[in-house]
Amino acid sequence: MATDTLSTVEASTERTRKIRASLRRRHLSEAIFRALGLAAIIVALGFVALLFIDVFRKGIPAFVQSNLHLSVTFSPEVIDVGPAPALADFPSQAEYQAASLAWQRQVAMLNWNQIIEASLREAAPEGFEIDSRQILSIPETNARHQVREMFVANPSLLGQTVNVDVLASANADNWIKGNINRDLGDAQQQLSPPARTLIDAFVDNGTITSGFAWSILTNVDSRSAPAAAGLLGAFVGTLYMMLIVIVLAVPIGVAAAIYLEEFAPKSRLTDLIEVNINNLAAVPSIVFGLLGAAVFINWMHLPISAPLVGGLVLTLMTLPTIIIATRGALLGVSPALRQAALGMGASKTQMVFHHVLPVTFPSILTATILGVAHALGETAPLLLIGMKAFVASVPATPLDQATALPVQIYLWQGNENRNFFEPRTAAAIMVLLAVMILLNGVAIYLRSRLEKRS
Amino acid sequence: MNALIVAGLLLVLLGVAYQSGWSRSRALATANGVKVHSRPQYHGSYVAIWAMIPALVILLLWAWLGGGFTRDYIVSQIPQETVLALDQAGLNATVGRIQAIASGYGVVGEVQPYEQAAGAALRSFQFLSFAIVLVLAAVAGGGALLYARSRINARLRARNAVERVVGVVLLVCSAVAILTTVGIVASLITEAIRFFTFIHPFDFFFGTVWAPNNAGTGGHYGSYGLLPLLSGTLMITAIAMLVAVPVGLMAAIYLSQYAPHQLRAVAKPIIEILAGIPTIVFGFFALVTVGPFLRDMGNFVGLSINATSALTAGVVMGIMIIPFVSSLSDDILNQVPRTLRDGAYGLGATQSETIRNVLLPAALPGIVGAFLLAVSRAIGETMIVVLAAGNAPVLRGNPFEPVATITVSIVNQLTGDTDFTGPQSLVGFALGLTLFVITLGLNIVALYIVRRFREQYE
Repeated sequence: MATDTLSTVEASTERTRKIRASLRRRHLSEAIFRALGLAAIIVALGFVALLFIDVFRKGIPAFVQSNLHLSVTFSPEVIDVGPAPALADFPSQAEYQAASLAWQRQVAMLNWNQIIEASLREAAPEGFEIDSRQILSIPETNARHQVREMFVANPSLLGQTVNVDVLASANADNWIKGNINRDLGDAQQQLSPPARTLIDAFVDNGTITSGFAWSILTNVDSRSAPAAAGLLGAFVGTLYMMLIVIVLAVPIGVAAAIYLEEFAPKSRLTDLIEVNINNLAAVPSIVFGLLGAAVFINWMHLPISAPLVGGLVLTLMTLPTIIIATRGALLGVSPALRQAALGMGASKTQMVFHHVLPVTFPSILTATILGVAHALGETAPLLLIGMKAFVASVPATPLDQATALPVQIYLWQGNENRNFFEPRTAAAIMVLLAVMILLNGVAIYLRSRLEKRS
Repeated sequence: MNALIVAGLLLVLLGVAYQSGWSRSRALATANGVKVHSRPQYHGSYVAIWAMIPALVILLLWAWLGGGFTRDYIVSQIPQETVLALDQAGLNATVGRIQAIASGYGVVGEVQPYEQAAGAALRSFQFLSFAIVLVLAAVAGGGALLYARSRINARLRARNAVERVVGVVLLVCSAVAILTTVGIVASLITEAIRFFTFIHPFDFFFGTVWAPNNAGTGGHYGSYGLLPLLSGTLMITAIAMLVAVPVGLMAAIYLSQYAPHQLRAVAKPIIEILAGIPTIVFGFFALVTVGPFLRDMGNFVGLSINATSALTAGVVMGIMIIPFVSSLSDDILNQVPRTLRDGAYGLGATQSETIRNVLLPAALPGIVGAFLLAVSRAIGETMIVVLAAGNAPVLRGNPFEPVATITVSIVNQLTGDTDFTGPQSLVGFALGLTLFVITLGLNIVALYIVRRFREQYE
């Protein structure tokens, strides 16, 4: 009897010990599991931080650019052309245009580099020895166009001396910023030794200063003058596409959602449409590019590389998102509201348009902005409809050749002058991200504001 | 200018029609105190719709056919012998010159007398035809307006008529989604069939060499074997899943089960930022940062890793998919009924035991669905792979080497090329069809699983 009690007590302490031991193990595994979860969060957040820090670290220096302050003399010896033609002297507009173009061709044939070179030599230290090819590698190649355009716009500059700011070339900018290793041998340097010395002298005497790189925002893309390459053309192209997406995708998407949610009879067909829309939302974007290339360009013969086609493709891509979001919002409207409207004698259409739709307005607006922001960053379908063509002008209409911000990023990252274009690409990414963050911010702000009101 | 006049005409017509219907309806209601079936704005809309339809039809017909008529007229103004002497391009140039003369802009060079005459004639023709079309549209619209207005009486069910039109418009809008699918399927299939007239389907689907002869020299097309691209796609997708699923799933578990409210409120939106970043940005990140980093790491431990490789593209794609996996898993974990969890706690299970032994098994079908959706997204992803996978369409199993995927090859074969005549560009559609079928299959299965899962707990 006594031994029995003893063994029971023993057994009980034994069990407690086992439970304690297993509890320790279980609590340890609990802690490990929890730590793994926390680690996953930290990893995910770390990736976000890394991505942003990396892009900003690379991109911010590109927003500072070297400028050359020159005093340019429009010397009559070099600029040897007649006066510009005047409209009054010609019988028709076309004749005037032709004469004017011929004059501009003459102006373009002049050796503007000579004028640039003279002003550079004037700014250089007394008696500095450098040949013309070397000294002309310091300003960007568009400097001569810039000076020529000043003259075309104002032929009375002939013989005068004016102060002109031109951009330093991409190679000079790399040298000044140290984007290229200054200790490399002459063979690996892009610039000749005298040019490098002269650039340093220019920096010292204030001919070259650094300033905010407005060219990124105000210029169009350029191949011959990389330092002057900017995003304006791509930005306008993107803007046209966004307008087309908003004008087409929002009304069509909302109308389709209303039909499917409120009016469509529950049948096989509406089931099919529903499955179809869910699947469309998950179709890879590049397939929409194939659709655009085959249908809009090859079959309908719409212009290639045009924002119109890009906008249509992105509209089709955004539609499912807007339809799904609007349906969700309509589904969330309380049945009491519908029944009250119907009870007061409203027709179904009146109930939907006068009572249900206004309530869902904040959600639809947010979904629309997010959908548009998503379309804004899309690259792959645009490549297939020819929007990766090099376009050196701002598209005047949605039917002109254009490119888009993400495609411009794609084009720049492939540029051979990596030292210069890697920061510039990162800067372009910053602009794109800024636009997207702005859109998302607007969406969040509007949602919170409108929801508070209703 | 003309477009502005047309828009102005339509707007005026719209306004007048609406107003006349509205006022007629008001007059009915106030005159003898009868009960009118519809409210005045419905009568207004009713008349406006009646007025707009014929006007729009006439204007659209002219926009469609007018160019051809004008051209025929110009050609008829050019003397017969001149027309016969010109080839197609020369005729087009002459027509262009005459149009330029007619517009008052003028042309360069000597103006032939017949050009001058034709230009003057064209000018009056353009003016006349535009005026006639405009008047026709206005008269037709006005006639319809009067007819509709005359139909207005107290018993006219204008609201029902207007609502029917609204219903039709809504139906047409939802048909756009169907038409998109039809367009995708039709264009992919027709162009892919044209591709298969050049290359036998067997050589495409089971070929092990991808070497399109893009230059078209030497009189052969090159070989178009899908397998190297498919293997590259699957390898990158597998690497991406290895990154995204553990991180995404654990992040979702931690955020939904453990995280204090403040952390959840901050971390969830930040992780979702990843989902909003354009893929081209990830591509750049992979190319200039992740790739070199992995290469240096490889050198450090004695592995030869290419900067652009399946690994680089896969890792970055995995990062991109993390929010997709985590938000889907989060939704699914939240759908598991609370009672299951409470039961496990009541039996003395720890939180992690509850999650591992109760929550996850219950949520497994949903999580598998989410996993398949993520796979389908990874397979269709383009820009990261274009920039960071190195574009080497070779059949090999080493993830440290460059590979190529289906999407990369579509971009390579189709960029900038729109005369779909040879297999070099048509293969893009065969690849697109393959991609579409794979992702569609994955989506259908995944959506089915997720739906079944939801129904189970409703």
